[in-house]
Amino acid sequence: MGATGLMCRECGRRYALDPIFVCDACFGPLEVQYDHGGLSGEALRARILSGPPSIWRYQDFLPVQRVPAWDLAPGYHPLIRAERLGRALGLRNLYLKNDTRNPTWSFKDRVVAVALAAVHKFDFSVVSCASTGNLANAVAAHAAKAGLRAVVFIPAGIERAKVVATSAYRPMLVEVEGTYDDVNRLCLEIGEEHRWAIANVNMRPYYSEGAKTLAFEVAEQLGWRAPDRVVVPVGSGNMFVKIEKGFDEFQRLGMIPEHTVRMTAAQAEGCGPVATAYHAQTDTVVPVIPNTLAKSLAIGNPADGPYVLDIARRTGGTVEAVSDEETVAAIRLLAETEGVFTEPAGGVTVGVLRKLARAGAIDPDETVVAYITGIGLKALEAVESRLEAPVRIKPTLASFEERVLQAVPA
Amino acid sequence: MSVRVRIPTPLRQLTNGERLVEVGGADLGQALDELDRRFPGLRARIVDEQGEVLRFVNIFVNERDIRFLGGLRTPLADGAEVSIVPAMAGG
Repeated sequence: MGATGLMCRECGRRYALDPIFVCDACFGPLEVQYDHGGLSGEALRARILSGPPSIWRYQDFLPVQRVPAWDLAPGYHPLIRAERLGRALGLRNLYLKNDTRNPTWSFKDRVVAVALAAVHKFDFSVVSCASTGNLANAVAAHAAKAGLRAVVFIPAGIERAKVVATSAYRPMLVEVEGTYDDVNRLCLEIGEEHRWAIANVNMRPYYSEGAKTLAFEVAEQLGWRAPDRVVVPVGSGNMFVKIEKGFDEFQRLGMIPEHTVRMTAAQAEGCGPVATAYHAQTDTVVPVIPNTLAKSLAIGNPADGPYVLDIARRTGGTVEAVSDEETVAAIRLLAETEGVFTEPAGGVTVGVLRKLARAGAIDPDETVVAYITGIGLKALEAVESRLEAPVRIKPTLASFEERVLQAVPA
Repeated sequence: MSVRVRIPTPLRQLTNGERLVEVGGADLGQALDELDRRFPGLRARIVDEQGEVLRFVNIFVNERDIRFLGGLRTPLADGAEVSIVPAMAGG
């Protein structure tokens, strides 16, 4: 029971569970296939309920076995009922899946945990990745826990905290003079020449399965049902595709009632090739050179773009984009209403949610879940120039009364 | 006049396992034609009948995506590096 093999998403050709990621016949992406041994939905749910409070409670739906000694236990943080943010946006059933709570403060801990378990199975000695920051941070941390050599590649110019935090785990941190897309291409080439486990490249079919847990948790935490709509930030689009796969798997297995989730993709205007294609009503995603403060979404050539378009259209969702200003305003709104401090990717998500709510595109009674994928603490540059400076006073009541009390409503 | 072409794993079956091949050609299209003459069937795995690069393939000339250059008409200087990689990007 569990993972049985790989299959090409494009041409259907099948492969064994090997460390491969691309179809030999058509270059299409390979996806893990499962057999759940005919277990009933109820039996599968019971197995989840007896699992640990982390992504690994969904072991039956993940392609490789948890390695206890390597486990940083990501995921399964409470689903937040966002009452104040909901009131601000006119939405009565808004929830947040807050992945800032993870071991390295982003959703990448989910996919990296699964990638490392695959590394264990396939016995690589070097683990690597092409990253805009959060992925490198996660790979460095999980590799440290596992005692594995890590070499992580980032484009020069990402947020300082992401560089510093990643360095703390002592990987080899390689800054590439180029964009993320350059780093990605380079890592593809490295993977072709050397036996390195590059989490989001040659380990991709295994790695990406970890993102399904974002859907599984929401379904479980809503009481074994799918929401009406989810809002998901899109860089490569891989997470978006896997969230839909997660809800779909639970429905097919009879674990939750059938219900189409309106898959809503959120992009930054400064790197919005999928949003552009969506609004132009075309199928072709034209690559762009990114120019956005949402650096974690700065992927100019998202290979999953066409899948995002298809899913958004098919499920009655949409693809929308917001400006840098709207992104920062949304980061602040989220912090001020729900006490959650997110990085620009989360600001893009909440910004798009706000834009759609204002446009009347979301029914106020819809159960909506917004995915908050990374923490603001690792992207202070995005907001610090726009926040109010602290109030400075002398240590006297007079100074307090003059500078503080006057400004505080009685 | 020659350029070096990096061959991705799925196509190495066609190039007898060669991962780096030297070919001539004033532009990318000509280089692909010569590759196809030497390794029959290679071109069809990269471009379609209309000459468009297949969706899941990316081609780079000296590290730049040909979509931002001249596509198959991208000129090739002596010593240029052509890289053919699967189209997979993002974390």
